[in-house]
Amino acid sequence: MSKYYLGVDLGSTTSKAVIINEADEIIGRGITNTRANYSVAADIARDEATYNARFSVLKKNLEDEIKAKPEYRKYIADLESVFQYEQFKVKLDRLGEELVKTCDNFFTEKTLRETMLNHLRAIRRAFKPKIKHDYLYNDLGSRNQFFRDIVSEKYNEEVNKLDATLFEPLMTVWDKSISPAENERIKFDFKELVHKAMDELKEKYKNLPESSLDNKSVHFDAEMNLLRGNFDHVSDTLRKHIDDIAELDFEIENMTGTGYGRALLPFPQECIRSEILCHAFGAHAVFPETRTVLDIGGQDTKAIQVDKYGLVTSFQMNDRCAAGCGRYLGYIADELSISLNELGPLAMEAQKEVNICSTCTVFAGAELRELTNLGEKRADILGGLHKAIIMRAMSLIARSGGVFNEFTFTGGVARNPAVIKYLGQLVRENYGDNIKINIHTDSIFMGALGGAMFARRNIKADLPGAKTGKAVA
Amino acid sequence: MANPKEAVKEKSMVIQKEMLAKQFSELSKAKETGKKVCYTFVPGNLIELIMAFDMLPVYPEINALQSGMRKKSGGYIKDAEKVGHSEDVCTYVKCDIGMFLNGNIGPTGEKLPEPDLLLLSYTGCFTFLKWFENLNRLYPNAEVAMLHTPYQEDGKITQEQIDYMVKQLKEEVIPKFEKVTGKKFDPAKLTGLLQNSVEAENYWVKILEMAKNKPSPIDAYFAGVYYMGPINTSFRGSPECVEYYKELYKEVKERADKKLLPVTPEGEMEKERFRLVVEGPPNWTNFREFWKIFYDLGAVIVASTYTKVGGVYDQGYRQDPSKPLESIATYCMGCYTNLNLPQRVDLIEKYVKEYKADGFLINSIKSCNSFSAGQLMIMREIEQRTGVPVGFIESDLVDPRYFSYANIKNRLESYFQMLEQRKIILEQEQVQA
Ligand code: SF4
Repeated sequence: MSKYYLGVDLGSTTSKAVIINEADEIIGRGITNTRANYSVAADIARDEATYNARFSVLKKNLEDEIKAKPEYRKYIADLESVFQYEQFKVKLDRLGEELVKTCDNFFTEKTLRETMLNHLRAIRRAFKPKIKHDYLYNDLGSRNQFFRDIVSEKYNEEVNKLDATLFEPLMTVWDKSISPAENERIKFDFKELVHKAMDELKEKYKNLPESSLDNKSVHFDAEMNLLRGNFDHVSDTLRKHIDDIAELDFEIENMTGTGYGRALLPFPQECIRSEILCHAFGAHAVFPETRTVLDIGGQDTKAIQVDKYGLVTSFQMNDRCAAGCGRYLGYIADELSISLNELGPLAMEAQKEVNICSTCTVFAGAELRELTNLGEKRADILGGLHKAIIMRAMSLIARSGGVFNEFTFTGGVARNPAVIKYLGQLVRENYGDNIKINIHTDSIFMGALGGAMFARRNIKADLPGAKTGKAVA
Repeated sequence: MANPKEAVKEKSMVIQKEMLAKQFSELSKAKETGKKVCYTFVPGNLIELIMAFDMLPVYPEINALQSGMRKKSGGYIKDAEKVGHSEDVCTYVKCDIGMFLNGNIGPTGEKLPEPDLLLLSYTGCFTFLKWFENLNRLYPNAEVAMLHTPYQEDGKITQEQIDYMVKQLKEEVIPKFEKVTGKKFDPAKLTGLLQNSVEAENYWVKILEMAKNKPSPIDAYFAGVYYMGPINTSFRGSPECVEYYKELYKEVKERADKKLLPVTPEGEMEKERFRLVVEGPPNWTNFREFWKIFYDLGAVIVASTYTKVGGVYDQGYRQDPSKPLESIATYCMGCYTNLNLPQRVDLIEKYVKEYKADGFLINSIKSCNSFSAGQLMIMREIEQRTGVPVGFIESDLVDPRYFSYANIKNRLESYFQMLEQRKIILEQEQVQA
């Protein structure tokens, strides 16, 4: 039986979980927002990672078949997407209950309460099918993993269509309801859910055209070529495999917890490692030539030097001030009333970089407003702001010993294109053109990956799961 | 200075406690007994000269660190800021000024007497000069004696420098003492005191070097700051001081023979997992918590630079009773913070090697530019010369707002885990070789 190892990175804003196999290959990823309750966030991320891992195992088991029949790959990808939607739906219902409850408690006056409840129902009716559609047809599941972000965007959209006077009360209801709904771990029965997803897919594929010319063709790589007849067939032939992975006894051999909230994880002491070591180890595993790692997370920035083994030789991190970290960007986004995801792209439109003096969260708002009043363009201000963040990071890097080839950038902020742009610029300016800069699509998972890799190398540790003989997953 | 733990009362601790109690009681009675009071600082402090004139010393930095340990510094600092001292000023100074503003109640709860003489003998930090200016304003009746101490810029003490200082002692400092106390300077008395100093210094060095044992029987930083109290402040030169170090040496030797580890506030350490050399003062407001992070993880400090702020005796320097004034002049110039950066690096390198340390750690002090300047260079140099991993944390002397427990713990944990990994790899490499 295969052995699996888990790494959980409990960050200040997001929790990540990664499951690897004995070859250090990532087979499962899970991510969720970390709000008030760390251990729930860790559990949710871990659940997600195990579901994701089951799908990976499925793909692995079917490797040869998939090569021969590309429509299998498409089906499995679709299935995972719909599976995510099924989970989402349950959470959404949970949120619905919470919204109603908040409304009941909050509005003491009967007619007002009824009006609000009606609005809430209407809002839900409006966005539910949209979200479903996005999951089924627009690949929403892989675009955004955060429940809160997805619903809040839709909720906002609907609220904005209503009378302006309703904005305040409806947002208050939302604020009071989202956290309890988000902070609840819902146990899903994988098998039940995956079967539901298969049924849902049947519906989706019903709308596909019937075979016309050559339904025996195996060249179904692109969605355009998918035909209903094929899928009826696919779902039947895969059912047994799907049942297999649903029943798979997914035993986690060992695990390591890391990150900001690692001390809160119910892991034994030996299974807790600093995120500095984990990020470096993870980054080095993906890019073995890495000698310098920069990790910008929600609360802190770390500049790390590693040796040929991926072990840390020195590091520097920011002090208690979180200036220039992910949280700062979140704050700026709020200040501009845009979503965090829009921030980087907007900064990319900068024609010049406005000089920003303060990367301090407390001062940034004032400076931002002041510069806007002076007539500076938003994009240019944001350009300057992103550059300022990187300048701060560069000083930490310098303190840790400088940049060596190869240089790997990790952490949630590595998803921001403007950050990447200025980082590249400044690294080259300061350390020459010969530095190879690595940024992986999984950059946010590096800490969890490093953790899982440590877990694989430290099998002696006392596991809570191993003690009771129960599988952890 | 307060004792680390009442539960484990070693004889030396009792002695030190009594010494301090006696001194503070003398201070509180100074007005009645007619004893004169001298305010001065720890680095390069001329205690023997103060004693030769039967004066009582007061150390504002010690008061500040004591206030820090007793959680009073936060309030004092705020009060000093209220009267206009900037947030960036050395927090020792602000704490001291805040204490003055609050009635100058000293560590034992008794009011400290006003100074009759303000003696500045360390000039390596510009803040000291400014601090003194402030003290001078607060105590307008006190005489001021300023001894300009040259910095060891070229890495050595020259005869000219010694002559320059002796001249100042003769023409400026001693006459001030005579004026304040009404006593004539007695060279023979100073010589006698210096003889005691040499004896205490000999024991002190032997104690410090005990940390070369594996495991080390002492913690040369957290416990070291208690051990260094008498010799670096008010007692060097007194027979009690010799007594104290003699007793301490006996205890430490016994521990070493039994292969015992250092005593912490929570009892004896069980395992020495890491041996470290530390640079920079400790944080005083969260001293216990700070120390705990180390002993919980089995980190023992085998040598530190901070315990040398009052003199680098382990490198061979001893007072010379036969040339009293030259001797104290040389002493003054030789304290750690008067060494230039290359000298500091050499010293630390030596410590890492001689004490077989696994790592070198810097505690960089936010509000002390003087101590913190050059630390990154020191860090890189030590890394290169010794190959041991270097750690870097940041805190403050006595400003509780600058101590972030979570941040420091995170860095230290990472650092210790890094040391551990390195050990494993080194062992593997050895096996392969
Ligand atoms: S050396 Fe540092 S702690 Fe001492 S007075 Fe100067 S600034 Fe303050």
